[in-house]
Amino acid sequence: MTALVFTFVVLALSAVAGFLGSLTGLGGGVIIVPALALALGVDIKYAIGASLVSVIATSSGAAAAYVREGFSNIRIGMLLEIATTLGAVVGAILAAHVTTHVIAIVFGLVLVQAAYQSLFKAEHETGLVVESDALGTRLRLGGDYPVDGKRETYGVRNVPAGFGLMFGAGTLSGLLGIGSGALKVIAMDRAMKIPFKVSTTTSNFMIGVTAAASAGVYLSRGYIDPRVAMPVMLGVLAGAFLGTKVLVHARVSTLRIVFGVVVLALALEMIVNGFIGRI
Amino acid sequence: MDDRRLELIIGNLLRAGVLLAAAVVLIGGVLYLAGHNGDRIGYRQFSPGGPAIQSVAGILQSASHLDSEGLIQLGLLLLIATPVARVALAVVGFTLERDRLYAVVSLIVLAILTFSLLHAM
Repeated sequence: MTALVFTFVVLALSAVAGFLGSLTGLGGGVIIVPALALALGVDIKYAIGASLVSVIATSSGAAAAYVREGFSNIRIGMLLEIATTLGAVVGAILAAHVTTHVIAIVFGLVLVQAAYQSLFKAEHETGLVVESDALGTRLRLGGDYPVDGKRETYGVRNVPAGFGLMFGAGTLSGLLGIGSGALKVIAMDRAMKIPFKVSTTTSNFMIGVTAAASAGVYLSRGYIDPRVAMPVMLGVLAGAFLGTKVLVHARVSTLRIVFGVVVLALALEMIVNGFIGRI
Repeated sequence: MDDRRLELIIGNLLRAGVLLAAAVVLIGGVLYLAGHNGDRIGYRQFSPGGPAIQSVAGILQSASHLDSEGLIQLGLLLLIATPVARVALAVVGFTLERDRLYAVVSLIVLAILTFSLLHAM
C-alpha cells in the first residue's frame, strides 16, 4: 500500500468511527483500534497510540458545548481525575510489558461490554438522590442540573467505590488507548448515584485529561507515529463534529443496534486473533 | 466568578487549542503526502521512530526545520497540552474562588500529568 492510499483509507475509517462514536456516545476509540488492527494489519501499538490522540481531540473539542448545557460538574470530574490519571499512567506502563495478544484479548472483552451496552441498555434514570453522604458532603460534590427548565439539586454517595472504579477505568484507558467513557459513567451513575446526564457529560470532560496522562508515556515509547496518528486524528475529529450536527435528527435506536452488532463482530475477531496469536 | 463561568471560559480555550492543533497536523499532513505519497508503507511490525518523533526536544527541532513528520507531532503535542492547560486553569480558577480544597485537588492531577509528560522530555 502506498502512503497516499493508506492515509485516505484511514481518514475515511476514522471519520466513520468518529461519527458513530459521537452518535452512540461510546467514543471513536473502540472502533478505530480494531479497524486499524484487523482491516489494515496495523500493529496494535500504533493503533492505540493514534486512538489515544483522537480521544483527546474529541473530548477537548466538545468541552465547551457540554458546559453550555449545564450538566457537567467540575468538582466531581477533578476529584475523580486523581484516580483516572493514576490508573492511566499504570495502564500505559503496563501496555509496554504485556504482549500484544493480551492487549487484543482485553480489548475484545471491553468491546463485548460496549456492544452489550449499545444493544440492550437505553438511558435509564436511577432515582434521584438529593442528600450526599458524609464524605460527599465534606467534599462538596453535590450540585444541580436542569430538568424541564428548572434546576434540580442532587447529592453524591459512595465516593471511595467510585474512586476505585475510576482507577480501573483509567488503567484500561492507558492500556488500550481508549476513553473508557462507559466505565466512567458506570462509576458515577451506578456507584455514586449521580444523575445519568451529569455522569455522561462529566465523563466526556474527564476522558481528555485521563488520556493526556498516558500520552507522555505513549509518545516516549514511539506508539504515537505521525503517519498513522495524522489521518486518525483529523478523521475522528471531522466525524465527531458531523455527529454532533445530526444528533437531533438521527434515529438513534436503529443506530445503536447497528453499532452494537458491528462492535460485537469486532470483539469476537479481536479475541480470536489474540488467542491464535495473529495480533 | 462561579464554577460554570470558569468552565465555559476553559471550554472555549480548549476548542481553540484543538482547532490550532488540527491546523498544524493538517499542514504537516499535506507536506508529508506531497513528499511521500508514493512510499510503500506497512505498519505490521512495531518499531519506534526515533527521538525526532518521540521526545519533545526532538519534535521541536524537526518541526523548526519544517519537517513534515515533526510538524504533525508538534500539532499532536499541542493537542496533548489542551487537557493539561484545562487542569492548570482549574488550579488558577479555584484559587481565585478561594476554594483551597479543589485548588489542591487540581494541583495533584496536574502533578500526575506532569510526571507522565516528563517521560517524553
